[in-house]
Amino acid sequence: MSIAAIEATGLTKSYGAPSRAGGTGPPVTVLRGIDLRVAPGTVFALLGPNGAGKTTTVRILATLTEPDAGTAAVAGYDVRDERHRVRRAISLTGQFAAVDEAQTGRENLRMMARLAGLGRAAARARAAELLDRFGLYGAGDRLVRTYSGGMRRRVDLAAGLVGEPEVIFLDEPTSGLDPHSRRALWDTVGELAANGTTVFLTTQYLEEADRLSDRVAVLHDGVIVAQGTAAELKSRTAGHRLDLTLATSAAYLRLTARTPHASHHDPGARTLGLPTDGSARHVRALLDELDPAGTDVTHFAVHTATLDDVFLTLTAPGPGPGPGQGTAHHA
Amino acid sequence: MPDKPSRPSPALALTNPRTNACANPLTNVLTNVLTMTGRSIRLSRRNVDALITALALPALLLLIFVYFFGGAIGGRTGTRYVTYVVPGVLLLCAGFGSSSTAVAVTEDLKGGIVDRFRSLDVSGTAILAGHVLASVARNLLATALVLALAFAIGFRPSASPAGWLAAVSVLVAFILALSWLSAAVGLLARSPEAAGGYTFFVSFLPYPSSAFVPTDTMPRWLAAFSDHQPVTPVIESLRSLLLAQPPGTAPWVALAWCGGILAGAVGVAGVLFRRRVG
Repeated sequence: MSIAAIEATGLTKSYGAPSRAGGTGPPVTVLRGIDLRVAPGTVFALLGPNGAGKTTTVRILATLTEPDAGTAAVAGYDVRDERHRVRRAISLTGQFAAVDEAQTGRENLRMMARLAGLGRAAARARAAELLDRFGLYGAGDRLVRTYSGGMRRRVDLAAGLVGEPEVIFLDEPTSGLDPHSRRALWDTVGELAANGTTVFLTTQYLEEADRLSDRVAVLHDGVIVAQGTAAELKSRTAGHRLDLTLATSAAYLRLTARTPHASHHDPGARTLGLPTDGSARHVRALLDELDPAGTDVTHFAVHTATLDDVFLTLTAPGPGPGPGQGTAHHA
Repeated sequence: MPDKPSRPSPALALTNPRTNACANPLTNVLTNVLTMTGRSIRLSRRNVDALITALALPALLLLIFVYFFGGAIGGRTGTRYVTYVVPGVLLLCAGFGSSSTAVAVTEDLKGGIVDRFRSLDVSGTAILAGHVLASVARNLLATALVLALAFAIGFRPSASPAGWLAAVSVLVAFILALSWLSAAVGLLARSPEAAGGYTFFVSFLPYPSSAFVPTDTMPRWLAAFSDHQPVTPVIESLRSLLLAQPPGTAPWVALAWCGGILAGAVGVAGVLFRRRVG
């Protein structure tokens, strides 16, 4: 598609610069130049560990924080110059429940609908409709304070949908949810996308990104280290993983030191996972290189790479990830 | 501004119920303020402990001043002590009642709801105005209770309806100014507990004034402070207006103080809000 629902170029942000109140010490750089492009009606996952800059990215795109440099447009509007228009086109559901504990679910939704510009009667109807859709009809007149974690998250998400936004930002939507609630939330995200809404979500869970999103970007230390479909990302780490089980702990430590690109470590089982293309030739070469005497490795197994492997390979510290690094920055 | 032709427009945009509402920004702002006020009032109503304190404390204070201290102080005030002290108690309550705005604002900032409001394009001023107007409503309720109780124990003001109106106006101006000041303090405080500390300070401000004793009974330095702090002209206005005495310039001085505090607090709160959440 030619027009992006979200387009960002060169976003940077640091906190604690001297101009900011309360800023002490050297500034902390959170984003070091982020480029993103999300097509309308798709689900985009920004994947990264804690502190990678996911929340800052969402806050910039949702006009709540100004970037230090770079530009971003959401729903076709500039996040800096047309922030009011952006705000009318989006909704944000953050990590912290953004509903009032001392109001009922219905009151919260009605309030949000009024703030989104709906008339009194329309707001009442919308609240009822959303309660129904999120399985909260029976709980609608109870205070949110009495809700379970899953119900709270649902009412929070519902509150983000009152104004029928074109673009929805979900910042770690499933953190702290039980598996059942998580699955229900995944279904909701799928429905939203099916109805033409663009969904931008952040997550630490690779499974979630794999399952939900059309495209994934991996954010690490303020930089997008990879971007593409889940399948493309998997192919970038050679597609397979060779797990080596070692004879002794000493051998495990020795080989760990020699393989900074390993994507899997299990000291208990003395198992080390390495990216490979899965060909007999490459597996044999790896075994010969790492265990020339043929005494350290007792067993091996080859699997298809998971998104976890991709993630760990791409974000591994040290001299460099294995296969796939060369293409990691293409976007 | 015309819509950009290049803009992606899913089917939803065509039926977006918000499209009409965006037409008139002034109506939007008004709706936002009213919605936020309704919210704050509901939250106050459900914070039962705080509500009981806000309503019971003023009544208790009135009884304490009239029956515990009234006998000792009463003779020096030139009138029945209950008549002398009611304006003071009203102010004491207003100070205490408005300061809970600070706690409410701090509570909001703790969670994610302010971000949600902002992403719905609700301004910081509308969020704070909701808390301030709810505070005015709470305080007027407490004021009505204190007045009713005062009547029951012998308070007999001689004000005309116009005098009442003027007195209530001065009181509302005072509550409005202090509530907005509290909102600013709430933006500064890092925790609701810290915001609660401010309540304490404001509750003490009426003591060094003519609220409970004439200032000429105080040491000279304290009387000088008392005569020139904002609470005194407010009290003098209420007292003279309710007792149908010539108020002199007191109401104007009081309104000037309240207007100044309000303007300063609105400005400072605006800056603090942007700094705190931006």
